[in-house]
Amino acid sequence: MSNPPNTLAPSHQDLSGHDQTFLDTNELVLNMGPQHPSTHGVLRVVLKLDGEKVLGTECIIGYLHRGVEKIAEHRTYAMFNPYVDRMDYVAAVSNGLGYCEAVEKLLNVEAPPRARYVRVILTELNRLASHMLWLGTHALDIGAITPLFYTFRDREEVLKIFEKYCGARLTTHAFRIGGCLYETYEGFEREVKKFLEFVTPKIGEYEELLTTNRIWVERTKGVGTISAKDCVALGVTGPVLRASGVKWDIRKAQPYAAYADFDFEIPIGQSGDTYDRYIVRMEEMRQSLRIIAQAIDRIPEGPIMAKVPKVIKPPVGEIYHSIEAPKGELGYFIVSDGSTQPYRVRVRPPSFVNLQALDLMVRDQLVADVIAVIGTLDIVLGEVDR
Amino acid sequence: MLDYIKSYLGSSTTPGQAGNTFWASVYILLIFLGLSVAVIAMNWLERKILAHMQVRLGPMRVGPHGLLQPIADAIKLLIKEDIMPSQADGFVFWVAPIVVVITAFTVFIVVPFGPTHAVTDMNIGVLFMLGVSSLSVLGIVMAGWASNSHYPLMGALRSSAQMVSYEIAMGLAVVSAVLMTSLNQTGTGTLSMIGIVQSQQVQQVWFAFKFFPLGLIAFFVFAVAMVAETNRAPFDLPEAESELTAGFHTEYSGFRWSLFFLAEYSAMIAVSSIAVTLWLGGWLRPFPHLLSGSTWDLVFSLLAGITFLILGLMAFVGVFRMPKHPYFRVQTIGLAGFGVVLGLIGLLLFLPPVRDRVQDIFWFSAKVAFFMYLYIWYRGTFPRYRFDQLMKVGWKVLLPVGIGVLILTAVAGVLL
Repeated sequence: MSNPPNTLAPSHQDLSGHDQTFLDTNELVLNMGPQHPSTHGVLRVVLKLDGEKVLGTECIIGYLHRGVEKIAEHRTYAMFNPYVDRMDYVAAVSNGLGYCEAVEKLLNVEAPPRARYVRVILTELNRLASHMLWLGTHALDIGAITPLFYTFRDREEVLKIFEKYCGARLTTHAFRIGGCLYETYEGFEREVKKFLEFVTPKIGEYEELLTTNRIWVERTKGVGTISAKDCVALGVTGPVLRASGVKWDIRKAQPYAAYADFDFEIPIGQSGDTYDRYIVRMEEMRQSLRIIAQAIDRIPEGPIMAKVPKVIKPPVGEIYHSIEAPKGELGYFIVSDGSTQPYRVRVRPPSFVNLQALDLMVRDQLVADVIAVIGTLDIVLGEVDR
Repeated sequence: MLDYIKSYLGSSTTPGQAGNTFWASVYILLIFLGLSVAVIAMNWLERKILAHMQVRLGPMRVGPHGLLQPIADAIKLLIKEDIMPSQADGFVFWVAPIVVVITAFTVFIVVPFGPTHAVTDMNIGVLFMLGVSSLSVLGIVMAGWASNSHYPLMGALRSSAQMVSYEIAMGLAVVSAVLMTSLNQTGTGTLSMIGIVQSQQVQQVWFAFKFFPLGLIAFFVFAVAMVAETNRAPFDLPEAESELTAGFHTEYSGFRWSLFFLAEYSAMIAVSSIAVTLWLGGWLRPFPHLLSGSTWDLVFSLLAGITFLILGLMAFVGVFRMPKHPYFRVQTIGLAGFGVVLGLIGLLLFLPPVRDRVQDIFWFSAKVAFFMYLYIWYRGTFPRYRFDQLMKVGWKVLLPVGIGVLILTAVAGVLL
């Protein structure tokens, strides 16, 4: 039986092999995605396999491309704000924070202290939500189906706080250029404190299911290892970089919002394998709780919005501002030509950059590891494709 | 004819041994029906138990507490369009699910639900069960190959490697149980399923607790291998959803898929039956010596009825917890009816003639149900093994342990 010529990856030298018949002992080219249960959206990975062993991969992206960066050129600065939420829809608050701060820098405005504290609280809550979603889906990919439901149950509490604050659960549009539009609602502090009390033991609950589980350890230890050098060379950031032992967190390195005021640790790993990334993210969740607790205690009174002109017209110039999103360094490069609309907005999405490490991490490992590594990279395709 | 039918009734053997075709057919029919009901019940229970482990409700819409959901699903599967991939090997694609289903059902011929409650008793019963159930790998490979698609192919390859390697560990564990049956005056063991249970009765110990901890270790090896053998979590690599979408049955849908589903669940019940027969005393009631005497016999024989009464009671608790909205009236009445049926079955099981005939089956089913619960529990708790780790566990852990236990059992049998 002859197969049609392989058209899966015509551009890739390695993958356009000569597998013309079914009975040869050629490498198997397996198309994983874009409709696959565990590629976290519409990622398509073409795998070249020797039995179960992965000889090479190629990521094919763009199935969720919406031209967000191009749209920015036809919207005013304020109008573009809601669009950034749709990139990393799991961590919409972080996206909004990065964009608002970038434009504020361009305008030379600074958000008032209270607004900055609210921003920190919401962003850290969002980090928790994002890491919970990551944990659930990552565990599901490795075959543990139960943590997913636990994490979604607890993530729901974060979303409830968001909903009460700004009316939206996922694409929050919580911040505005110059501060926040909404004052915190009645009982906000009490509810956040209650949430902290609620969620602290829950993180232990997830760890109980996984951290010392033999199968989990075997499936993640030594899988998808990436060295610190490779991480830096590829521009990988976030928990993936820290798990390889590089102590780089923009919240500490170039503090933004109110992060300079808080006392928290940067968890790092040593071996840079999937297990270390898991441990680093779990610890990050605890550190986020610490930051929220400090912020909620010290939140200052005062205005929530800085004086920003009605029509935002930044001076001619360009700015690059980056923040530590849950997935890594999220940067905005904005060029202003002095009009009401940006001349160019370029987003540096952490998922997109981290995804590049996939091939390096899964080479010579097994098919099941590809799934584990895609999960551990914590990508969101909305952000990869924009 | 009537005499022929009646002639079996007083007999103390299985219909197969008595050579009574009529009663053998009746037993086959009963087992087939019982198995179908068990698979339906298992489907519902798995979804409900898993759901409650995962802080959700599971099926709630079709019938009270989703009790009719498996039936709705079955109807849906039966009326679905029958799709065959255009590039598939038609005949093999068609025959594969049939092979799997036939093997899964055939093994039940020798499963002893009681001293006489089996279709037949072969003198090679255990071998027959292992042999026939291992044939299902053939159907899986056929399914994977015939689909002419990459995911099913890889699923089938994984599955064949897995089943073949775990069969060895499983066989070794079985041999040490068979070895234990030979510990009697004549020194002859037996492979017959009924014989194995009877020798546990004679030796007054379930083989899981024989030569402590040897029996327990062998039982453990078997219990792990049987999960791998049935391709269930944490060894569900052939159908690893997150990797191979659905593994060997990716290209199957509708009725053909439901045959695979049926086969998977009946295979689970089949291997659990082997485990119960070999290690947990088959149809024997627990603590026959610790709690002996006619009073205890009576108490234990009442348990079957009590179980059903409790189930009926649970249904009635459900009735009172149903929302008091007119929309739920039909469901409430249905649930009450279900409770009444369960209660009546419970009362029926209290009648002495029924009680005596049924308690063997009850104990056997209860032990199998325990294994079924374990299957669900594993699925709710464990992540999935990777292929090479699975092989490592099979060859480097279970196989040496199995051999060791076998040798030690032999030594213990000679010395003790």
